[in-house]
Amino acid sequence: MKIFIPTPLRPFAGSQSSIETDAPTIAAALDQLTSSHPDLKKHLFTPEGKVRAFVNLYLNDEDIRYLPEKEATAVRPTDTLSIIPSIAGGLPPRQ
Amino acid sequence: MTALHIPQSVFDSIRAHGEETYPHECCGALLGNATPEGWRVVSAVRAGNTRTDSAHNRYHIAPVEIVKIQRDARRQGLDIAGFYHSHPGHPARWSLTDLAEAHWLGCVYVITQVAHGKAAVTNAFLLAGPTEEDKHFEPEPIEIAK
Ligand SMILES: [Zn+2]
Repeated sequence: MKIFIPTPLRPFAGSQSSIETDAPTIAAALDQLTSSHPDLKKHLFTPEGKVRAFVNLYLNDEDIRYLPEKEATAVRPTDTLSIIPSIAGGLPPRQ
Repeated sequence: MTALHIPQSVFDSIRAHGEETYPHECCGALLGNATPEGWRVVSAVRAGNTRTDSAHNRYHIAPVEIVKIQRDARRQGLDIAGFYHSHPGHPARWSLTDLAEAHWLGCVYVITQVAHGKAAVTNAFLLAGPTEEDKHFEPEPIEIAK
């Protein structure tokens, strides 16, 4: 499975825009990714090992939070995993 | 010294987007290439503002939209250079919420002030890091390219 690295995380992934993994599940693929690129770990996970709140993970076009087996979901070589940091903002309320 | 290099047509289109969605915030992605002189933007992609509950003062782009935008960008040999949004009735300065909810380090955030339905000032800010914990916005000059 190919993991797509978003622009801000590329400096921690050897400047690569995608990284090929051969793990059987999403969790194992993320393990593979962070063991080959340890600097990525703190950008993706909390110290407790949970995916950081603003990091979205998409297996193909599906948010993995909504997959029945979440990170334990089995993956095929043709699947893609996209790491998408949140995009949002807002103005202060009017006085 | 880096700058945001953006074609006039793309610059005009993101400002027009802010006028069209006024009094709501517009949002979208900027595609381009990183160069030693800063991001060279090639195109802008409009996105929907999912914050229909509070669209006059909030913006949020569905991540699945970004998955698709990123896929199309790769096919064209482009990267996500950053994002744009509008400030209806507010200056083109980042807010504390904009900073708190910005996570694309090394990317540019372009803000257009829309006053009474007309695009006014447009400013760009680089989300500098190096990490989430010490992120901050730096003003990035906008260079209009042909
Ligand atoms: Zn804003």
